[in-house]
Amino acid sequence: MKGMSGWLIRIFAVNSIKIISLLLAVSIISFVLVSASPVDPVRQYILGLGTAVSLEQRAEIESYWGIDEPPAERYLGWLFEVLNGNLGESAIYRRPVADIIGERFWNSLALMLCAWILAGGIGFVLGCVMGMYRNRLPDRILKKVCYLLSTVPAFWLGLLFLLVFSVRLGWFPVGFSSPIGVPGADVSIWQRLYHLILPAVTLSLMSFANIALHTRQKLADVLDSDYVLFARARGEGQWTILRRHGLRNILLPALTLQFASFAELFGGSVMAENVFSYPGLGSAVADAGLRGDVPLLLGVTLFSALFVCAGNMMANLLYGVVDPQIREAGK
Amino acid sequence: MKRMNRRTGAVCLAAVLAAVLCTVYACGILIPEEAVTGSFLNAGCPPCLEHPFGTDALGRDLFLRTLKGLSVSMTVGLAASAVSAVIAVLVGIAAATGSKLMDGAVNWLIDLVMGVPHTILIILISFVLGRGLRGLLAGIAATHWCSLARLIRSEVLQLRSQQYVAVSRRLGKSGGWILRHHLLPHLAPQLFVGLILMFPHAILHEASISFLGFGLPPEQSAIGIILSESMRYLSAGMWWPAVLPGLTLVMIVLLVDKTGDSLRMIFDPYSAQE
Repeated sequence: MKGMSGWLIRIFAVNSIKIISLLLAVSIISFVLVSASPVDPVRQYILGLGTAVSLEQRAEIESYWGIDEPPAERYLGWLFEVLNGNLGESAIYRRPVADIIGERFWNSLALMLCAWILAGGIGFVLGCVMGMYRNRLPDRILKKVCYLLSTVPAFWLGLLFLLVFSVRLGWFPVGFSSPIGVPGADVSIWQRLYHLILPAVTLSLMSFANIALHTRQKLADVLDSDYVLFARARGEGQWTILRRHGLRNILLPALTLQFASFAELFGGSVMAENVFSYPGLGSAVADAGLRGDVPLLLGVTLFSALFVCAGNMMANLLYGVVDPQIREAGK
Repeated sequence: MKRMNRRTGAVCLAAVLAAVLCTVYACGILIPEEAVTGSFLNAGCPPCLEHPFGTDALGRDLFLRTLKGLSVSMTVGLAASAVSAVIAVLVGIAAATGSKLMDGAVNWLIDLVMGVPHTILIILISFVLGRGLRGLLAGIAATHWCSLARLIRSEVLQLRSQQYVAVSRRLGKSGGWILRHHLLPHLAPQLFVGLILMFPHAILHEASISFLGFGLPPEQSAIGIILSESMRYLSAGMWWPAVLPGLTLVMIVLLVDKTGDSLRMIFDPYSAQE
């Protein structure tokens, strides 16, 4: 066990260094990109103020934003502020970006977590079924379904759900994370969950195919192994074999794969949130991009990179915990 | 009549699918702009014989708009995946044949691009290039090369350890000669199939990003635009602008995917045996 904890610390350190370098690069690239854009952030900021601004005031704002400083200096100043937790003020919401991200992240997290668990659960169970009935009818049907779902754009699936379940059947609300006209504090958790169902189902449907196909393959490998042949010879039934030999071998790799899919999850939530007008990070980033809100755009980009990196790190750690071969190879 | 073998079947299938795709593309290109300017007299007309997909809230024929949108999507998809494939080849070969430092740098770069959700990255790039077609193309091209680059890297690494490459090197052939005569011919089928399999992804991303409002301008006929417009009339019970163009998009993506699969069977001797 001592070797394991040492390995964990080492891999954690290596990953942290890598993540820091990646985040720095993301910050530089996005800063350079945004600086090169034709959108003038100062103008957008002033537009957002909604009042006329005198030339002196404009000059003041410009010097606050550091327009006349050289780009490198501006970047370092911005980075310093970001590291101190100040992401600037959003031009469209008129509030600190950090607050907006903090608030909306919980909405997004609720959505992504539900979808993540749902997709993982459905994907894993279907993967097991596909593996057990390999090349037989249930497997072939499910494989077609997985294949079909991976070619359907998520936002269109969301549109269809909206059309069928909200408009036609009226089972679910058309959008937003809580009922309209009810103050935020009075919204019960059930109402929130109720508003979460459709976006979460949409998001999970587009991501479970991956995990299902992966689980199917892993289970197929296990079932082809000699120890399963021996178990069969001992007279164990199919489901006993799955319980005793299959699950142990495929559960954690599947979990690892789930952690590594944070990028797709986040990207999918951008689409789902926009279809269902769900107030999370995804709808914020689309708004920010469309209305030229540079600080918010930069903030969410950095945050999404941090989120994905955290998921990848967990996946890397899990790989090693699960598979001693990887631990050994790293030495 | 003798039954066709699988290879001939695959060739025929690929030819038919490619012909269908080309027809859709040509239709989209050939339809003049005037054809999609509708009149308010028949706005919001449900699907009928005259308008197979119905008309939208401005009276434009949705079937024609969908066809036009598909051809735009295919252009964007093809151009972006071609650029992406070129990037993938350059980066993959550089990683596999360059120094260890180079390999590390390339892997880091791939991690970097994979570390930001693609949707966000495309939004950012499109924002920088002032939305529109250029931003869309650059965004999709910049995000789709990673997995193909990884594939090519591992392929080249494997090829480099082959005996005939080692023999060539001992015979004093230059690196460029080996690249041209041994590596590239091996990579060509992989690359071609990779390109075709990248194509549907690019189309789907194009539609998604246009849907969010970052891609093509709203007056253009693009699937994403039609679908995002349809959102506004969803609660009014207009289902056809949301369902039918999306369905067509899915069918096209499936067609391209199927074409890619049969081409892989034709070009790639390994997968032909599966």
